Amino acid sequence: MPEKFDCIVVGAGPAGTACAYELAKAGVNVLLLERGEYPGAKNVMGGVLYRKMMEDIIPEFYKEAPLERPIVEQRFMMMDKESAVTFSYKGLEWGREPYNNFTVLRAKFDQWFAEKAVEQGALLVCETVAVECIVKNGRVVGVRTDRPDGDIYADVVVLADGVNSLLAKQLGFHREWRPDEVALATMEILKLDKNVIEDRFNLEANQGCTIEIFGDATKGILGTGFLYTNKDTLSIGVGTLLSGLIKHKIKPYELLEYVKNHPMIRPYIQGSEPVEYLAHLIPEGGYHSIPKVAGNGVLVVGDAAQLVNAIHREGSNMAMTSGRLAAETIIMAKEQNDFSESMLDQYRMKLMESFIGQDLKKYKDATHHFERFPQYFEQYIPMMNRAASQMFTVDGSSKWEKQQKIWRDLGSTKQKFKLARDMMKAWKVMK
Amino acid sequence: MMKTQTIEEKQYLVRFNADTKSHLHVLDDNICLTKCPDKICTIFCPAAVYKWEEVRMHVGYEGCHECGSCRIGCPHENIRWEYPRGGYGIVFRLG
Repeated sequence: MPEKFDCIVVGAGPAGTACAYELAKAGVNVLLLERGEYPGAKNVMGGVLYRKMMEDIIPEFYKEAPLERPIVEQRFMMMDKESAVTFSYKGLEWGREPYNNFTVLRAKFDQWFAEKAVEQGALLVCETVAVECIVKNGRVVGVRTDRPDGDIYADVVVLADGVNSLLAKQLGFHREWRPDEVALATMEILKLDKNVIEDRFNLEANQGCTIEIFGDATKGILGTGFLYTNKDTLSIGVGTLLSGLIKHKIKPYELLEYVKNHPMIRPYIQGSEPVEYLAHLIPEGGYHSIPKVAGNGVLVVGDAAQLVNAIHREGSNMAMTSGRLAAETIIMAKEQNDFSESMLDQYRMKLMESFIGQDLKKYKDATHHFERFPQYFEQYIPMMNRAASQMFTVDGSSKWEKQQKIWRDLGSTKQKFKLARDMMKAWKVMK
Repeated sequence: MMKTQTIEEKQYLVRFNADTKSHLHVLDDNICLTKCPDKICTIFCPAAVYKWEEVRMHVGYEGCHECGSCRIGCPHENIRWEYPRGGYGIVFRLG
């Protein structure tokens, strides 16, 4: 006697759990499958969780969820070999309700979130891999798991199986990702005394800081480094397009060591002790890589649908919102007892109308542009550093002379035109 | 000056619950040998799972982070990649 549910959600990350939570809350009989020992066991994130999209699901979650620190400062370092031009915004309004975002450790957070879905009535089953969708007469009717007699049936299946998105690929919703559609991120959690963290990052208790690092963090190839403050640990990592690692033949863990030992970064982490090393892919294909997200009896959410805004390092928020929108659609479909593609396609429309579709559209050409034209990271960031150094070094030459030197450093007239054109193009893909 | 940490030292920080059989399969060592001078998977794999041993690719699946890079990045689509059985494989405790 095969088991039958209203809905099966594959993957208990932020997208899948958000979907299962909303469905269970509405009284839908939902099974949440997770391949790890517990939710979060397979999940990696730099660590920024956005308040708004989480609160759309659980109001005032921050009063009980396992969070690290609310972020009050976001820094952006344009880094060269031994210098950096840094932009920052610090605002204490982010340190109190309603907050903007928080650092989290995913193994803790994901477990908590999944427990909340269980409280609503979802059935969570861990240590179970969904190996394929069961398709009958052109519709998905369930999943085959790696358990004995492991076929499970449902009216609708939600694929929240993460960046590798094997199930949607099997259904022909997308081809295999290209190496320039995914970024490989490696990261370490570094243990460091709470007071030392607060001193080094100029924080008070229960305040956090994030630093995004561009330029020499990735030796000029497209990608970013990051350094985030947790309660008594730091998360430090570096991510680059897989295609960049292949092209430049760089070992990702050596790049991570390079960042950790960079003279601009080292003082922040000095004396800390590594306690965990993690690697994961991030879907960074953007708008053009979004696969088919709705079919007969099936929806795709979160990383599995490439829903990441790499420019603003947003992903977990898009995951949660996509899960919530999928749940809304399923509830509507259930009322009409219609799980056909034409019905479920309303999810795609909701997705595209939301900030997810809008933001991904806004930056649809950004990643590809910066990958195609490496001069932004390779040349312009060092140039920016030289200009700052020139302007702020007091050496007896006049400011007019200094401006002329900076102007000359931009190169020949032809190179200056190229620079101007590149800035225009960058503006175009970002605007 | 901080001491540079090796990949072996990094991997030592991670908890693995390794299955008895591999979830990663190099389909044809001969393709690695004859068509892939860079053996690029031995470079970009974040856990150094792949090691070239003269004529064959050694796959240390026990230390795999299950990221999927090898499946996507192998220039000859020569790696069959599955998830480890439920409950097996890497177990992140924090991040």
